[in-house]
Amino acid sequence: MIIAERKPIEEIRRAIAPYRKILVAGCGTCVTVCWAGGEKEVAILGSQLRLARGAEGNGLVTLEATVDRQCEKEMVEELRDKVNDVEAVLSLACGSGVQTMAELFEDKPVFPAVNTTFIGMPEKEGLWVEMCGACGDCFLDRTGGICPVVRCAKGLLNGPCGGTRRGGKCEIDAEKDCAWVLIYRRLEKQGRLDLMREYRSPKNYRAVKRPGRVQAVKA
Amino acid sequence: MATPFRESLKTKRFVVTAEVGPVKGSSVSKAIEHIELLKNKVDGLNVTDNQSSVMRYPSLGVCLLIKERGGEPVFQMTCRDRNRLALQADLLFAYSRGVNNVLCLTGDSIDVGDHKEAKQVFDLDSVQLIHLVHSLNSGKDMAGNDLDGAVDFCIGTTGTPSADPLEPQLLKLEKKVKAGVSFIQTQAVYEVDELKRFTEFVRNIDVNVKILAGIVPVVGAKMAAYMNENVPGVFIPQRIIDELAQAPKGTGVAKGIEIAARMIKQIKEQRVCDGVHIMFIGREERVPEILEAAGLV
Repeated sequence: MIIAERKPIEEIRRAIAPYRKILVAGCGTCVTVCWAGGEKEVAILGSQLRLARGAEGNGLVTLEATVDRQCEKEMVEELRDKVNDVEAVLSLACGSGVQTMAELFEDKPVFPAVNTTFIGMPEKEGLWVEMCGACGDCFLDRTGGICPVVRCAKGLLNGPCGGTRRGGKCEIDAEKDCAWVLIYRRLEKQGRLDLMREYRSPKNYRAVKRPGRVQAVKA
Repeated sequence: MATPFRESLKTKRFVVTAEVGPVKGSSVSKAIEHIELLKNKVDGLNVTDNQSSVMRYPSLGVCLLIKERGGEPVFQMTCRDRNRLALQADLLFAYSRGVNNVLCLTGDSIDVGDHKEAKQVFDLDSVQLIHLVHSLNSGKDMAGNDLDGAVDFCIGTTGTPSADPLEPQLLKLEKKVKAGVSFIQTQAVYEVDELKRFTEFVRNIDVNVKILAGIVPVVGAKMAAYMNENVPGVFIPQRIIDELAQAPKGTGVAKGIEIAARMIKQIKEQRVCDGVHIMFIGREERVPEILEAAGLV
């Protein structure tokens, strides 16, 4: 899923400073699961903003709503009445959701309240880790199901760099595992270490022609 | 004129190279001093490429200074700061100006340097870079287009004999050797046994690859601890840290030189590998003392 982090409250407050009535819009999918932009976070952010503005004697009215997926126009369409009723929208969705909102309501300024960070998974409660770089050229079958494109700090395709720390930790962070040591251990367990000897040629960055566009083919 | 480095590698002589670290800024006087001091004492002068991800005068710039002064430059090229177009263009430029030894490296992460917010490139990795240089050597660019004027680089790379775990490193090294290199310059090594094991591994893949042990003198116990913590790929054993700690105040550099020279002598006497590469960054002017103490001049 897509992982995001709430922006610092001061940054959000600066963004919405000119407005007196806004819609705080959450998303019920990825950002709900990673505690950044679901119904609960919408309620908390809404009250934080109202309280702060109230203390300044510059009251703020917030409407609040969370749709299942803010990246789908049909679902965002449900918010039309609310959007018409406010001066601006504060979206807690990922960048895709923010843009869907902005595209649907072109006359309203839409502000992101989260920073979208990566595609990942929860490692333990409250901790999410990056797993996929959406490179358009998946070779997880050759690397024991561990992606060096994003889990190696340098995205190296042919093995670890010489900076690996003792115990197989990453050059840049002693808390993080070297992806290539993980790959080695996984392949060793599977009796497939020969894959570590396979030369991987330079990545084709045209695998996804940016901006990306995928046309489904009906089966 | 110096003997071409590739010719030195072909002899049975113990090969010695030293590193020259470019300055931050356009003043090259210090680099010229180091070049003049060392060019006739070693077989090659190896120039770092934005070492430790700290922006500096370019490797290629210092390589040209070496060439102009009759020395034998080894151009260090990392994959961190250039995409495949820039790598190839710089290689063509280097070769056209007589710089024809290239050391292919991954490069340290941007995070360890002084421009931490920069976009790091790593369009290629070190194994792919070696393949790229071979492609240029054969008269084609990476996209398969013919070159008007081919190149003929002597290709080297690095390896880490002290890594833990070692096996994943060796598997990568195997790919580098199979891609085709004439020499391997190791990361700093302090244990002869580790170097022996490393050399044996490489010889089993290709007996013709020359191995130069990386010698990084440490001049104090605190520096050693700092390097262990902060310099990627460097692992200094406790016994050396203890030896440095016992050295009287003010004799750290002399002690570091003594330890380095002892290691070099041992490598040479036991013929553990084919030579050494001395990295005394920031103290290049003291390299001759190491050479002398090790009996190399």
